[in-house]
Amino acid sequence: MGNKQTIFTDEQLDAYQDCTFFTRKEILRLHGRYHEMAPNVVPMDYTKDPDVKLPMQLIINMPELKENPFKERIVESFSEDGEGSLSFNDFVDMFSVLSEMAPRELKAIYAFKIYDFNTDNFICKADLEKTLNKLTREELTAEEITLVCEKVIEEADMDGDGKLGFADFENMISKAPDFLRAYSSSVLP
Amino acid sequence: MGKRKKCKLRDIMEDVGIEIDGQVESDSESEEDEVKDKRSKKQTRREIVRANRLERKKSQKNKEENESKEEENCPQQSRASRRKNHRMKRNDGKKGGGERDKKASSKDEKESENKEKKTNMKGKEEENKQKKGRKNSASSNSSNSSDEESLSEEELAMLMEEVEQKKKLISTMRNKPWRMMKKLSVLREAQAFVEKFEGALGKGKGKKLYAYKMMMAKKWVKFKRDFDNFKTQCIPWEMKIKEVESHFGSSVASYFIFLRWMYGVNLVLFGLIFGLVIIPEVLMGMPYGSMPRKTVPRAEQATAMDFSVLWDFEGYIKYSALFYGYYNNQRTIGWLKYRLPMAYFMVGISVFGYSLMVVIRSMARNANESTADGDDDNFVFSWKMFTSWDYLIGNPETADNKFASITTSFKESIVDEQESNKDENIHLRRFLRVLANVLIICCLCGSGYLIYFVVKRSQTFSKMQNAGWYERNEVEIVMSLLGMFCPPLFETIATLENYHPRIGLKWQLGRIFALFLGNLYTFLLALMDDVNEKLAEEDVVKNITRWTLFGHYNSSMENSTATPAPLDPADVPRGPCWETTVGIEIVRLTVSDILVTFVTILVGDFIRACFVRFMNYCWCWDLEAGFPSYAEFDISGNVLGLVFNQGMIWMGSFYAPGLVGINVLRLLTSMYFQCWAVMSSNVPHARVFKASKSNNFYMGLLLLILFLSLLPVAYTIMSLPPSFDCGPFSGKKRMYDVIQETIELDFPLFVAKIFGYVANPGLIIPAILLMVLAIYYLNAVSEAYQRANAELKKKMQLQREEEKNKRNNKASTNSMMQDLEDLLAPSTKSESSPKQAEDKKKDSPNQASPVGKQEKAEVLNSSPIAAGRRAAFIPPPHVLVTRPLTPGTWAPYPQPRQPWPGGRPMGPFPGRGRGQPRYIHPV
Repeated sequence: MGNKQTIFTDEQLDAYQDCTFFTRKEILRLHGRYHEMAPNVVPMDYTKDPDVKLPMQLIINMPELKENPFKERIVESFSEDGEGSLSFNDFVDMFSVLSEMAPRELKAIYAFKIYDFNTDNFICKADLEKTLNKLTREELTAEEITLVCEKVIEEADMDGDGKLGFADFENMISKAPDFLRAYSSSVLP
Repeated sequence: MGKRKKCKLRDIMEDVGIEIDGQVESDSESEEDEVKDKRSKKQTRREIVRANRLERKKSQKNKEENESKEEENCPQQSRASRRKNHRMKRNDGKKGGGERDKKASSKDEKESENKEKKTNMKGKEEENKQKKGRKNSASSNSSNSSDEESLSEEELAMLMEEVEQKKKLISTMRNKPWRMMKKLSVLREAQAFVEKFEGALGKGKGKKLYAYKMMMAKKWVKFKRDFDNFKTQCIPWEMKIKEVESHFGSSVASYFIFLRWMYGVNLVLFGLIFGLVIIPEVLMGMPYGSMPRKTVPRAEQATAMDFSVLWDFEGYIKYSALFYGYYNNQRTIGWLKYRLPMAYFMVGISVFGYSLMVVIRSMARNANESTADGDDDNFVFSWKMFTSWDYLIGNPETADNKFASITTSFKESIVDEQESNKDENIHLRRFLRVLANVLIICCLCGSGYLIYFVVKRSQTFSKMQNAGWYERNEVEIVMSLLGMFCPPLFETIATLENYHPRIGLKWQLGRIFALFLGNLYTFLLALMDDVNEKLAEEDVVKNITRWTLFGHYNSSMENSTATPAPLDPADVPRGPCWETTVGIEIVRLTVSDILVTFVTILVGDFIRACFVRFMNYCWCWDLEAGFPSYAEFDISGNVLGLVFNQGMIWMGSFYAPGLVGINVLRLLTSMYFQCWAVMSSNVPHARVFKASKSNNFYMGLLLLILFLSLLPVAYTIMSLPPSFDCGPFSGKKRMYDVIQETIELDFPLFVAKIFGYVANPGLIIPAILLMVLAIYYLNAVSEAYQRANAELKKKMQLQREEEKNKRNNKASTNSMMQDLEDLLAPSTKSESSPKQAEDKKKDSPNQASPVGKQEKAEVLNSSPIAAGRRAAFIPPPHVLVTRPLTPGTWAPYPQPRQPWPGGRPMGPFPGRGRGQPRYIHPV
């Protein structure tokens, strides 16, 4: 217990607590997880905000993300540089959003980002195709994929521009019955 | 907020004479008697504010150019301001200039405005502290009181509001979709602000309380999740069924769900019968061998324990509590005075009652469920696409299953979709469907006649003494041949109809059901013949028995004067006991059915799959793709097997109480065995289709079978005399006499009278009439509701379409709205600017590529409202915000400040907003 306190100052912990859905203990545990991925790079002492980033390869091998078909996109969405490497701040941020406590709106925003593969702020047909292929491990035929993508756009595109903006996406997802459950991951069992 | 805090705040503000911008002009010169130095300071501050505002205005005008910079500014600026704060702390004197500098550089909107205010106040705060120190030393009470007047209520309110806002910001910080860095910095500032103006806000305590609340909330969520998991774990075979569903689709899973439901119902029946009939009899009834009906006859005793005999349910099994004949007609048994015959009768009735109730209730619930979800089908594919993956999955095997199930469910929906889009020659299809139905009706009639003919023949055969093997078994052979060949024939004919597979399955089920009814009919006929024969035999035996007993006693009387030794129960001649015969017949049938089912699965599916799988290496053609291939799961056959089996159970449970136990075992093994078989040796259907939401078709079949099986049992109870020497009702004229007996002997007289009245036809007929009327009325009401429901659905659909259209048209039709939208834009932007900032950072390539920008601009134009809402993710068009509005003007706005090279804009305009592209967009 004694050396745990040296990882963060009290102010830091308080700040993290205010900015995330985690408690002190959980933040410390998250740091533990972050640290154990690369013990040589990540310092135990975070009081001075060291500028450390872990590459995407390490992050997506976490058991929480490993099986997720969108793991690369998730990590990319949360990394500050957009390349997929996460600083500890980003790391905490990611799991805070994915935690069960995060509200629907917040999750919707990041979910939108995750599915927006080409980061043009729209979910267009290409994004949908990619999503579908990842979800079904490319077991659908090309025709089926086109059909599904067209149906999705037809269903959710309210403004008729042929792609889904955030408003469309939010409108659609806010009515989904199991949206909250679907977008929750727990690092801290 | 406590009063104390307010006072504190007021104190602070009094000292400073704070002004919040926006308030400046309206502030009258009511502060004449202010202390001089303070006033001058205030003046400078006012100037600052004014300059500030000017600056801001300018900046807004320049926004077109600065748009992107601005957004990136946001976090930087906050950092800058923080730095500034530090600096200010150090040299308080230079504060004003510093602030001015800072403000000049700031070009943000409300968000940053807030920040400015805050820093402003912070600055004042610093000053304040200094002054306070000074004041404390000088103890200038007078200035304090004078300040009180200077501070208007509005200012105070503003400040309070500000603090409130900050606090709100702090508490909702975790809900903001910002980068952590930004969150942290904004948080720090907000905290500092609140701390300054509220003093000790009880922050530490609040924090702890919050942490505690958080922990509890989390525990609660976790508990709920665990509880849900626990609940699903409590549902037997949920995981197994889910696994099957993920690979074979919901249609196959619906069979297993039905099977599980049947298992549940049978467990209840089992509990009823075992708990109230069999166990009391075993515990408290007369033991085996005590009386003739509980003893194996002398002639059979030698072979009674042989396996072949037991396998036929003869010998010891026949004379056990599993069958009707074993029960005694003693009114009460044991020290509990348990009225077993009564219990037997009531349980027999309640088995049917419970089954009826549970089937109908589940049908009603299913019907409710299928109508309850109104507009759920609006987003079928979208929801599948975006919410089907469960982010909690961390196990490769689960993930594999999930992938399979997602693919399957997509395929199911695709089949539905294709089906609804199909448009072919409607006349041809109608003709084909009529043709198919005619063919199938011909088939059914033919097989019906065949069954009738064969049964007739078998009756003549049975009278012949030297009938051969074929003659004796003709009915069974014909029946099984029909059962073997007709379903595939029906399926072939059904391909003509070209129904959706789900509807096709229903037709198939209905047709095979009709075919199997013949099966049931022959079985019942044979049974009735048997019973009648036994009844005739019984009369003869009755006399024999009496004479035997009489003879026995007479002979013993002659031999000695002592009381005669009672006749050994095994030696007493006894009647045929038709009830037990019926029970045994049904049990045999059930057991053979179980065996046939299992062997069919083993041979037809498993062996075939093994053969195809392993012989494929050394065969002339491709076994897997070609002729035998793997079997598909036969939903219709399995469901009907289950339904008819259950009919047998209902029919037999009155005469063989142990039958339900056998059925429970059967369903249990069948669950595991079929799950294994389907996973190991079947392939999914070519067109995986979604099961209908309710299993009501299965339930309907079940209800029909329940009714059909109720009829013969009711007939035998009501109109056949029970055997004279076996079963709980022996010695009575009819089985239901047991009720009359109980009423007469165990209830007070007036109850019997009441029963007499109730049973009066004069009362029953009006009651039935009333029920019919009620049914009619309720039916009418439900129809009306249904119509209203359909109407509403249609309306909703219409509204949705309309909304869509409106959105599409808006861009071109309503320019006024658009301008309004533009005006409103800043407010939306202010809250979304951080998002923009971070988004900006992320998709910087966008900024570089003008093409993307142009596209965006076009899109924006197409949908102003959506664009406004969407501001979170697009660099929003806060372009014309401060421009003079020109409503109704269609031409591009004049752009005096945009030095486009080449005079006329040639390429895409990054921030052009709602100008030209409006024309381009085709609506």
